[in-house]
Amino acid sequence: MPVPRHLRIALLPLTAAFALSACGINSVPTAEEAAKAKWADVQAQYQRRANLIDNIVATVKAAGKQEQDTLTRVTEARAKATSVQINADDLSDPAKVAQYQAAQAQLGQGIGRLLATVEAYPDLKTNENFLQLQSQLEGTENRIAVAIRDYNGAVQDYNTRIRTFPDAIGAKLIHGAKPMTPFQAVTPGAEEAPKVDFGN
Amino acid sequence: MHSSPPFGLSLSKARVSASARRATIPLLFLLLALLLLALAPAAGAQSFPKFNDSGVIDAANLLDPAQEQALSQKLIAQKRASGRALVVATIPDLQGYDIADYGYRLGRAWGIGDKQDQGALLIVAPADRKVRIEVGYGLEGILTDALSSQIIRRDITPRFKAGDMAGGINAGVDSLSSLLALPPDEARAQAAKAEADARRQDDGGGAIIAFWIVLFVVFFVALPLLSRMRGGRRYRSGGIGSPPIIIWGPGSGSGGWGSGGGWGGSDGGGFSGGGFSGGGGFGGGGASGDW
Repeated sequence: MPVPRHLRIALLPLTAAFALSACGINSVPTAEEAAKAKWADVQAQYQRRANLIDNIVATVKAAGKQEQDTLTRVTEARAKATSVQINADDLSDPAKVAQYQAAQAQLGQGIGRLLATVEAYPDLKTNENFLQLQSQLEGTENRIAVAIRDYNGAVQDYNTRIRTFPDAIGAKLIHGAKPMTPFQAVTPGAEEAPKVDFGN
Repeated sequence: MHSSPPFGLSLSKARVSASARRATIPLLFLLLALLLLALAPAAGAQSFPKFNDSGVIDAANLLDPAQEQALSQKLIAQKRASGRALVVATIPDLQGYDIADYGYRLGRAWGIGDKQDQGALLIVAPADRKVRIEVGYGLEGILTDALSSQIIRRDITPRFKAGDMAGGINAGVDSLSSLLALPPDEARAQAAKAEADARRQDDGGGAIIAFWIVLFVVFFVALPLLSRMRGGRRYRSGGIGSPPIIIWGPGSGSGGWGSGGGWGGSDGGGFSGGGFSGGGGFGGGGASGDW
Protein backbone atom coordinates (compact mmCIF):
# COMPACT_ATOMS: atom_id res chain seq x y z
CA MET A 1 0.00 0.00 0.00
CA PRO A 2 1.60 3.28 -1.03
CA VAL A 3 2.12 5.70 1.81
CA PRO A 4 0.76 9.15 0.94
CA ARG A 5 3.59 11.49 0.06
CA HIS A 6 2.83 14.08 2.68
CA LEU A 7 2.64 11.39 5.34
CA ARG A 8 6.19 10.43 4.53
CA ILE A 9 7.26 14.05 4.74
CA ALA A 10 5.38 14.43 7.98
CA LEU A 11 7.06 11.39 9.48
CA LEU A 12 10.52 12.78 8.82
CA PRO A 13 10.54 15.52 11.49
CA LEU A 14 8.68 13.19 13.81
CA THR A 15 11.41 10.58 13.54
CA ALA A 16 14.07 13.23 13.80
CA ALA A 17 12.45 14.65 16.92
CA PHE A 18 12.32 11.28 18.60
CA ALA A 19 15.88 10.48 17.57
CA LEU A 20 17.10 13.77 18.97
CA SER A 21 15.15 13.49 22.19
CA ALA A 22 16.55 10.00 22.64
CA CYS A 23 20.08 11.38 22.77
CA GLY A 24 19.45 13.86 25.50
CA ILE A 25 18.57 17.06 23.69
CA ASN A 26 15.82 17.66 26.24
CA SER A 27 16.66 15.46 29.16
CA VAL A 28 20.16 16.88 29.71
CA PRO A 29 19.06 20.51 30.17
CA THR A 30 16.07 19.30 32.16
CA ALA A 31 18.33 17.47 34.58
CA GLU A 32 20.68 20.44 34.68
CA GLU A 33 17.91 22.87 35.51
CA ALA A 34 16.60 20.51 38.17
CA ALA A 35 20.01 20.44 39.82
CA LYS A 36 20.31 24.22 39.59
CA ALA A 37 16.90 24.63 41.19
CA LYS A 38 17.97 22.34 44.02
CA TRP A 39 21.09 24.43 44.41
CA ALA A 40 18.94 27.53 44.74
CA ASP A 41 17.15 25.73 47.59
CA VAL A 42 20.47 25.03 49.31
CA GLN A 43 21.47 28.68 49.08
CA ALA A 44 18.06 29.85 50.24
CA GLN A 45 18.27 27.65 53.33
CA TYR A 46 21.78 28.83 54.15
CA GLN A 47 20.57 32.40 53.75
CA ARG A 48 17.73 31.61 56.12
CA ARG A 49 20.25 30.42 58.67
CA ALA A 50 22.36 33.55 58.20
CA ASN A 51 19.27 35.70 58.81
CA LEU A 52 18.48 33.81 61.99
CA ILE A 53 21.95 34.33 63.40
CA ASP A 54 21.42 38.08 63.69
CA ASN A 55 18.40 37.44 65.87
CA ILE A 56 20.20 34.91 68.03
CA VAL A 57 23.17 37.20 68.53
CA ALA A 58 20.82 40.05 69.41
CA THR A 59 18.97 37.87 71.93
CA VAL A 60 22.16 36.77 73.62
CA LYS A 61 23.34 40.36 73.76
CA ALA A 62 20.00 41.56 75.09
CA ALA A 63 20.19 38.98 77.86
CA GLY A 64 23.37 40.77 78.90
CA LYS A 65 25.68 37.85 78.41
CA GLN A 66 29.36 38.65 78.28
CA GLU A 67 30.32 36.43 75.40
CA GLN A 68 31.87 39.13 73.25
CA ASP A 69 34.53 36.89 71.77
CA THR A 70 32.11 34.21 70.62
CA LEU A 71 29.56 36.73 69.40
CA THR A 72 32.15 38.58 67.35
CA ARG A 73 33.41 35.39 65.81
CA VAL A 74 29.90 34.29 64.82
CA THR A 75 29.13 37.68 63.33
CA GLU A 76 32.36 37.63 61.36
CA ALA A 77 31.76 34.10 60.11
CA ARG A 78 28.26 35.15 59.11
CA ALA A 79 29.54 38.14 57.14
CA LYS A 80 32.07 35.93 55.40
CA ALA A 81 29.57 33.18 54.64
CA THR A 82 27.03 35.55 53.14
CA SER A 83 29.70 37.19 50.98
CA VAL A 84 30.49 33.88 49.26
CA GLN A 85 27.75 33.09 46.80
CA ILE A 86 27.79 30.73 43.85
CA ASN A 87 26.16 31.45 40.57
CA ALA A 88 24.29 28.37 39.34
CA ASP A 89 26.53 28.33 36.27
CA ASP A 90 29.63 27.89 38.44
CA LEU A 91 28.43 24.63 39.94
CA SER A 92 30.74 22.70 37.63
CA ASP A 93 33.71 24.43 39.28
CA PRO A 94 34.73 22.32 42.30
CA ALA A 95 36.95 25.08 43.71
CA LYS A 96 34.09 27.56 44.01
CA VAL A 97 31.78 25.00 45.55
CA ALA A 98 34.51 24.06 48.03
CA GLN A 99 34.96 27.72 48.96
CA TYR A 100 31.26 28.06 49.65
CA GLN A 101 31.25 24.87 51.68
CA ALA A 102 34.17 26.05 53.77
CA ALA A 103 32.56 29.40 54.54
CA GLN A 104 29.28 27.80 55.57
CA ALA A 105 31.04 25.15 57.62
CA GLN A 106 32.92 27.83 59.53
CA LEU A 107 29.67 29.60 60.28
CA GLY A 108 28.18 26.31 61.43
CA GLN A 109 31.03 25.83 63.87
CA GLY A 110 30.60 29.38 65.14
CA ILE A 111 26.92 28.71 65.82
CA GLY A 112 27.83 25.52 67.61
CA ARG A 113 30.23 27.41 69.90
CA LEU A 114 27.66 30.10 70.60
CA LEU A 115 25.02 27.56 71.56
CA ALA A 116 27.52 25.75 73.74
CA THR A 117 28.24 28.94 75.70
CA VAL A 118 24.52 29.59 76.11
CA GLU A 119 24.26 26.25 77.91
CA ALA A 120 25.99 27.95 80.85
CA TYR A 121 23.09 30.39 81.34
CA PRO A 122 19.95 28.68 82.68
CA ASP A 123 17.83 31.84 82.39
CA LEU A 124 18.66 32.17 78.69
CA LYS A 125 18.08 28.48 78.09
CA THR A 126 14.52 28.78 79.35
CA ASN A 127 13.89 32.16 77.73
CA GLU A 128 10.86 31.61 75.45
CA ASN A 129 12.25 33.93 72.82
CA PHE A 130 15.54 32.08 72.75
CA LEU A 131 13.81 28.69 72.68
CA GLN A 132 11.87 29.79 69.64
CA LEU A 133 15.03 30.95 67.92
CA GLN A 134 16.65 27.65 68.76
CA SER A 135 13.76 25.70 67.26
CA GLN A 136 13.94 27.85 64.15
CA LEU A 137 17.65 27.24 63.91
CA GLU A 138 17.14 23.54 64.33
CA GLY A 139 14.45 23.54 61.63
CA THR A 140 16.75 25.47 59.34
CA GLU A 141 19.59 23.03 59.87
CA ASN A 142 17.16 20.25 58.97
CA ARG A 143 16.13 22.09 55.85
CA ILE A 144 19.76 22.62 54.89
CA ALA A 145 20.43 18.92 55.30
CA VAL A 146 17.41 18.00 53.19
CA ALA A 147 18.24 20.60 50.53
CA ILE A 148 21.81 19.33 50.27
CA ARG A 149 20.63 15.75 49.97
CA ASP A 150 18.15 16.70 47.27
CA TYR A 151 20.79 18.74 45.46
CA ASN A 152 23.29 15.88 45.56
CA GLY A 153 20.62 13.53 44.25
CA ALA A 154 19.87 15.88 41.36
CA VAL A 155 23.58 16.32 40.62
CA GLN A 156 24.07 12.57 40.61
CA ASP A 157 21.16 12.19 38.22
CA TYR A 158 22.58 14.87 35.93
CA ASN A 159 26.17 13.61 36.06
CA THR A 160 25.06 10.05 35.37
CA ARG A 161 22.91 11.23 32.52
CA ILE A 162 25.65 13.16 30.73
CA ARG A 163 28.06 10.25 31.02
CA THR A 164 25.83 7.38 29.98
CA PHE A 165 24.47 6.31 26.63
CA PRO A 166 22.46 7.61 24.85
CA ASP A 167 22.18 10.98 26.56
CA ALA A 168 25.97 11.37 26.55
CA ILE A 169 25.81 11.96 22.77
CA GLY A 170 23.58 14.97 23.03
CA ALA A 171 25.32 16.15 26.19
CA LYS A 172 28.71 16.20 24.43
CA LEU A 173 27.77 17.29 20.94
CA ILE A 174 24.94 19.71 21.55
CA HIS A 175 25.17 20.98 25.10
CA GLY A 176 28.87 20.63 25.90
CA ALA A 177 27.74 19.54 29.35
CA LYS A 178 30.22 19.51 32.22
CA PRO A 179 29.69 17.48 35.39
CA MET A 180 28.39 19.39 38.40
CA THR A 181 29.96 19.28 41.83
CA PRO A 182 28.12 17.54 44.62
CA PHE A 183 28.10 19.22 48.02
CA GLN A 184 30.32 17.43 50.50
CA ALA A 185 31.39 18.04 54.01
CA VAL A 186 34.87 19.52 53.70
CA THR A 187 35.67 19.61 57.38
CA PRO A 188 34.83 16.76 59.72
CA GLY A 189 31.39 17.26 61.20
CA ALA A 190 30.60 20.27 59.04
CA GLU A 191 27.32 18.74 57.99
CA GLU A 192 26.32 18.03 61.53
CA ALA A 193 23.79 20.40 62.92
CA PRO A 194 24.98 22.21 66.01
CA LYS A 195 23.65 20.44 69.03
CA VAL A 196 20.48 22.17 70.06
CA ASP A 197 19.20 21.09 73.41
CA PHE A 198 15.65 22.00 74.26
CA GLY A 199 16.52 21.66 77.89
CA ASN A 200 13.50 19.62 78.88
CA MET B 1 31.03 -28.78 37.63
CA HIS B 2 31.35 -30.27 34.21
CA SER B 3 33.59 -33.26 34.17
CA SER B 4 34.59 -32.87 30.50
CA PRO B 5 38.35 -32.82 30.14
CA PRO B 6 39.82 -29.57 28.86
CA PHE B 7 41.55 -31.30 25.93
CA GLY B 8 38.66 -33.31 24.56
CA LEU B 9 37.47 -33.81 21.01
CA SER B 10 36.28 -30.83 19.15
CA LEU B 11 32.81 -32.33 19.34
CA SER B 12 32.84 -32.49 23.12
CA LYS B 13 34.34 -29.03 23.22
CA ALA B 14 31.43 -27.79 21.20
CA ARG B 15 29.07 -29.56 23.54
CA VAL B 16 30.80 -28.04 26.53
CA SER B 17 30.60 -24.55 25.17
CA ALA B 18 26.97 -25.07 24.27
CA SER B 19 26.15 -26.31 27.72
CA ALA B 20 28.28 -23.56 29.17
CA ARG B 21 26.24 -21.06 27.20
CA ARG B 22 23.07 -22.69 28.44
CA ALA B 23 24.40 -22.43 31.94
CA THR B 24 25.47 -18.84 31.41
CA ILE B 25 21.97 -17.52 30.91
CA PRO B 26 20.56 -18.70 34.27
CA LEU B 27 23.86 -17.65 35.80
CA LEU B 28 23.39 -14.16 34.40
CA PHE B 29 19.87 -14.06 35.77
CA LEU B 30 21.19 -15.18 39.11
CA LEU B 31 23.83 -12.47 39.06
CA LEU B 32 21.22 -9.91 38.08
CA ALA B 33 18.99 -11.03 40.90
CA LEU B 34 21.89 -10.84 43.33
CA LEU B 35 22.72 -7.38 42.03
CA LEU B 36 19.13 -6.28 42.54
CA LEU B 37 19.18 -7.72 46.02
CA ALA B 38 22.39 -5.86 46.74
CA LEU B 39 20.95 -2.65 45.37
CA ALA B 40 17.55 -2.94 47.01
CA PRO B 41 18.60 -1.97 50.54
CA ALA B 42 20.58 0.96 49.17
CA ALA B 43 17.62 2.20 47.18
CA GLY B 44 15.10 1.92 49.97
CA ALA B 45 17.17 1.86 53.10
CA GLN B 46 14.22 2.89 55.23
CA SER B 47 11.08 0.86 55.42
CA PHE B 48 7.96 2.72 56.41
CA PRO B 49 4.77 1.45 57.94
CA LYS B 50 2.00 0.91 55.42
CA PHE B 51 -0.05 4.03 54.84
CA ASN B 52 -3.80 3.96 55.16
CA ASP B 53 -6.15 6.81 54.51
CA SER B 54 -7.66 6.93 57.98
CA GLY B 55 -5.14 9.57 59.00
CA VAL B 56 -3.92 7.51 61.96
CA ILE B 57 -1.13 5.05 61.30
CA ASP B 58 -0.58 3.60 64.74
CA ALA B 59 2.25 1.22 63.91
CA ALA B 60 3.58 1.39 67.47
CA ASN B 61 0.16 0.57 68.99
CA LEU B 62 -0.05 3.52 71.34
CA LEU B 63 -3.81 3.92 70.97
CA ASP B 64 -6.63 1.51 71.62
CA PRO B 65 -9.14 0.98 68.76
CA ALA B 66 -11.70 3.40 70.18
CA GLN B 67 -9.13 6.17 70.61
CA GLU B 68 -7.78 5.47 67.16
CA GLN B 69 -11.20 5.74 65.57
CA ALA B 70 -12.05 8.93 67.42
CA LEU B 71 -8.73 10.45 66.37
CA SER B 72 -9.25 9.35 62.79
CA GLN B 73 -12.67 11.01 62.70
CA LYS B 74 -11.17 14.16 64.14
CA LEU B 75 -8.43 14.20 61.50
CA ILE B 76 -10.81 13.50 58.62
CA ALA B 77 -13.13 16.28 59.81
CA GLN B 78 -10.13 18.57 60.08
CA LYS B 79 -9.03 17.71 56.54
CA ARG B 80 -12.51 18.30 55.22
CA ALA B 81 -12.82 21.65 56.94
CA SER B 82 -9.43 23.10 56.12
CA GLY B 83 -8.31 21.13 53.08
CA ARG B 84 -4.98 20.64 54.84
CA ALA B 85 -3.87 17.16 55.68
CA LEU B 86 -2.73 16.32 59.19
CA VAL B 87 -1.69 12.72 59.76
CA VAL B 88 -0.64 11.00 62.98
CA ALA B 89 2.00 8.30 62.75
CA THR B 90 3.47 6.25 65.56
CA ILE B 91 6.68 4.52 64.58
CA PRO B 92 7.93 1.52 66.54
CA ASP B 93 11.48 1.80 65.22
CA LEU B 94 13.32 4.72 63.63
CA GLN B 95 15.94 2.28 62.32
CA GLY B 96 18.72 4.36 63.71
CA TYR B 97 17.72 7.52 61.87
CA ASP B 98 17.26 10.89 63.42
CA ILE B 99 13.53 11.52 63.69
CA ALA B 100 13.83 14.63 61.49
CA ASP B 101 15.64 12.60 58.85
CA TYR B 102 13.06 9.84 59.09
CA GLY B 103 10.13 12.25 59.14
CA TYR B 104 10.60 14.09 55.89
CA ARG B 105 11.21 10.84 54.04
CA LEU B 106 8.07 9.40 55.58
CA GLY B 107 6.08 12.42 54.43
CA ARG B 108 7.48 12.06 50.93
CA ALA B 109 6.98 8.30 50.84
CA TRP B 110 3.35 8.60 51.94
CA GLY B 111 2.73 11.68 49.83
CA ILE B 112 1.02 13.54 52.64
CA GLY B 113 -0.68 16.73 51.54
CA ASP B 114 -2.23 18.02 48.36
CA LYS B 115 -0.89 19.58 45.19
CA GLN B 116 0.14 22.64 47.18
CA ASP B 117 1.99 20.38 49.63
CA GLN B 118 -0.32 21.39 52.44
CA GLY B 119 0.37 18.46 54.68
CA ALA B 120 1.77 17.84 58.13
CA LEU B 121 2.68 14.79 60.17
CA LEU B 122 2.72 14.25 63.90
CA ILE B 123 5.27 11.50 64.38
CA VAL B 124 5.71 9.70 67.68
CA ALA B 125 8.54 7.23 68.19
CA PRO B 126 7.99 5.78 71.67
CA ALA B 127 11.00 3.46 71.60
CA ASP B 128 13.32 6.39 70.91
CA ARG B 129 11.24 8.74 73.08
CA LYS B 130 11.10 11.25 70.24
CA VAL B 131 8.25 13.25 68.83
CA ARG B 132 8.23 15.40 65.72
CA ILE B 133 5.91 17.67 63.82
CA GLU B 134 6.90 17.39 60.17
CA VAL B 135 5.61 20.22 58.03
CA GLY B 136 5.17 20.17 54.25
CA TYR B 137 6.32 23.05 52.08
CA GLY B 138 2.80 24.42 51.69
CA LEU B 139 2.26 24.75 55.44
CA GLU B 140 5.65 26.09 56.47
CA GLY B 141 4.20 29.58 56.73
CA ILE B 142 1.42 28.43 59.07
CA LEU B 143 3.07 25.74 61.15
CA THR B 144 6.36 27.51 61.64
CA ASP B 145 9.24 25.79 63.37
CA ALA B 146 8.74 27.97 66.43
CA LEU B 147 5.01 27.19 66.70
CA SER B 148 5.62 23.49 66.11
CA SER B 149 8.25 23.46 68.80
CA GLN B 150 5.91 25.32 71.15
CA ILE B 151 3.15 22.75 70.62
CA ILE B 152 5.58 19.94 71.33
CA ARG B 153 6.93 21.58 74.46
CA ARG B 154 3.61 22.79 75.86
CA ASP B 155 1.01 20.25 74.76
CA ILE B 156 2.69 17.02 73.91
CA THR B 157 5.82 16.22 75.90
CA PRO B 158 4.41 17.10 79.35
CA ARG B 159 1.66 14.49 78.81
CA PHE B 160 4.09 11.99 77.33
CA LYS B 161 6.30 12.42 80.38
CA ALA B 162 3.30 11.56 82.54
CA GLY B 163 2.75 8.44 80.44
CA ASP B 164 -0.42 9.72 78.78
CA MET B 165 0.40 8.95 75.15
CA ALA B 166 -3.15 9.26 73.80
CA GLY B 167 -3.68 12.51 75.70
CA GLY B 168 -0.46 13.99 74.33
CA ILE B 169 -1.27 13.00 70.78
CA ASN B 170 -4.80 14.39 71.04
CA ALA B 171 -3.63 17.64 72.61
CA GLY B 172 -1.07 18.04 69.85
CA VAL B 173 -3.64 17.31 67.16
CA ASP B 174 -6.06 19.83 68.69
CA SER B 175 -3.43 22.57 68.76
CA LEU B 176 -2.29 21.79 65.24
CA SER B 177 -5.90 21.68 64.00
CA SER B 178 -6.65 25.09 65.46
CA LEU B 179 -3.66 26.49 63.57
CA LEU B 180 -4.65 24.70 60.38
CA ALA B 181 -8.29 25.73 60.56
CA LEU B 182 -9.57 28.26 58.08
CA PRO B 183 -12.70 30.37 58.06
CA PRO B 184 -15.24 28.13 56.22
CA ASP B 185 -15.81 30.41 53.25
CA GLU B 186 -12.10 30.82 52.78
CA ALA B 187 -11.70 27.06 52.90
CA ARG B 188 -14.40 26.63 50.26
CA ALA B 189 -12.86 29.26 48.03
CA GLN B 190 -9.49 27.64 48.38
CA ALA B 191 -10.81 24.19 47.55
CA ALA B 192 -12.48 25.58 44.44
CA LYS B 193 -9.31 27.38 43.47
CA ALA B 194 -7.22 24.29 43.97
CA GLU B 195 -9.46 22.36 41.61
CA ALA B 196 -9.45 25.09 39.01
CA ASP B 197 -5.73 25.61 39.15
CA ALA B 198 -3.71 23.92 36.55
CA ARG B 199 -1.69 21.17 38.10
CA ARG B 200 1.58 22.38 39.40
CA GLN B 201 4.53 21.55 37.21
CA ASP B 202 7.47 20.11 39.02
CA ASP B 203 10.13 21.01 36.53
CA GLY B 204 10.91 22.49 33.16
CA GLY B 205 10.24 19.15 31.49
CA GLY B 206 6.54 19.88 31.29
CA ALA B 207 7.09 23.08 29.37
CA ILE B 208 9.38 21.36 26.90
CA ILE B 209 6.92 18.53 26.35
CA ALA B 210 4.12 21.04 25.97
CA PHE B 211 6.19 22.86 23.36
CA TRP B 212 6.60 19.66 21.36
CA ILE B 213 2.93 18.87 21.69
CA VAL B 214 1.99 22.28 20.35
CA LEU B 215 4.48 21.83 17.52
CA PHE B 216 3.10 18.40 16.69
CA VAL B 217 -0.45 19.61 16.80
CA VAL B 218 0.38 22.52 14.51
CA PHE B 219 2.27 20.36 12.03
CA PHE B 220 0.22 17.22 12.07
CA VAL B 221 -3.24 18.43 12.84
CA ALA B 222 -3.69 22.07 11.97
CA LEU B 223 -1.63 22.17 8.79
CA PRO B 224 -3.06 18.98 7.24
CA LEU B 225 -6.52 20.18 8.13
CA LEU B 226 -5.83 23.53 6.54
CA SER B 227 -4.34 22.00 3.44
CA ARG B 228 -7.23 19.60 3.23
CA MET B 229 -9.70 22.44 3.37
CA ARG B 230 -7.77 24.57 0.89
CA GLY B 231 -7.07 21.82 -1.60
CA GLY B 232 -10.49 20.35 -1.22
CA ARG B 233 -8.84 16.93 -1.22
CA ARG B 234 -10.38 14.13 0.74
CA TYR B 235 -8.66 11.49 2.76
CA ARG B 236 -9.83 8.35 4.37
CA SER B 237 -11.20 8.82 7.80
CA GLY B 238 -8.67 7.82 10.43
CA GLY B 239 -6.00 9.33 8.24
CA ILE B 240 -3.41 11.74 9.40
CA GLY B 241 -5.70 14.28 10.98
CA SER B 242 -7.58 12.56 13.72
CA PRO B 243 -5.28 10.30 15.77
CA PRO B 244 -3.17 13.09 17.24
CA ILE B 245 -6.32 14.85 18.33
CA ILE B 246 -7.45 11.79 20.20
CA ILE B 247 -4.06 11.06 21.67
CA TRP B 248 -2.92 14.50 22.66
CA GLY B 249 -6.12 16.43 22.98
CA PRO B 250 -7.06 15.70 26.61
CA GLY B 251 -3.52 15.97 27.91
CA SER B 252 -2.70 19.29 26.35
CA GLY B 253 -6.06 20.61 27.45
CA SER B 254 -5.49 20.00 31.12
CA GLY B 255 -1.79 20.80 30.89
CA GLY B 256 -0.97 18.00 33.31
CA TRP B 257 2.03 16.54 31.59
CA GLY B 258 4.89 17.68 33.72
CA SER B 259 4.12 15.96 36.98
CA GLY B 260 3.79 12.25 36.57
CA GLY B 261 1.17 10.18 38.30
CA GLY B 262 -0.78 11.34 41.26
CA TRP B 263 -4.21 11.48 39.68
CA GLY B 264 -5.47 9.33 42.50
CA GLY B 265 -4.52 11.97 45.00
CA SER B 266 -8.20 12.34 45.79
CA ASP B 267 -7.88 15.78 47.30
CA GLY B 268 -10.96 17.88 46.88
CA GLY B 269 -13.86 15.52 46.89
CA GLY B 270 -14.44 11.81 47.12
CA PHE B 271 -13.76 11.46 50.82
CA SER B 272 -14.08 7.75 51.17
CA GLY B 273 -10.98 7.94 53.31
CA GLY B 274 -9.44 11.14 54.50
CA GLY B 275 -7.75 12.05 51.23
CA PHE B 276 -4.57 12.68 53.13
CA SER B 277 -2.24 11.63 50.36
CA GLY B 278 -1.62 13.42 47.10
CA GLY B 279 1.32 15.73 47.71
CA GLY B 280 4.46 14.88 49.55
CA GLY B 281 6.62 17.98 49.29
CA PHE B 282 8.55 17.87 52.57
CA GLY B 283 11.79 19.75 53.10
CA GLY B 284 12.60 19.35 56.77
CA GLY B 285 10.31 22.00 58.21
CA GLY B 286 8.84 21.53 61.67
CA ALA B 287 10.27 20.74 65.06
CA SER B 288 11.33 17.78 67.16
CA GLY B 289 11.28 17.07 70.83
CA ASP B 290 11.89 14.29 73.28
CA TRP B 291 10.62 13.21 76.63
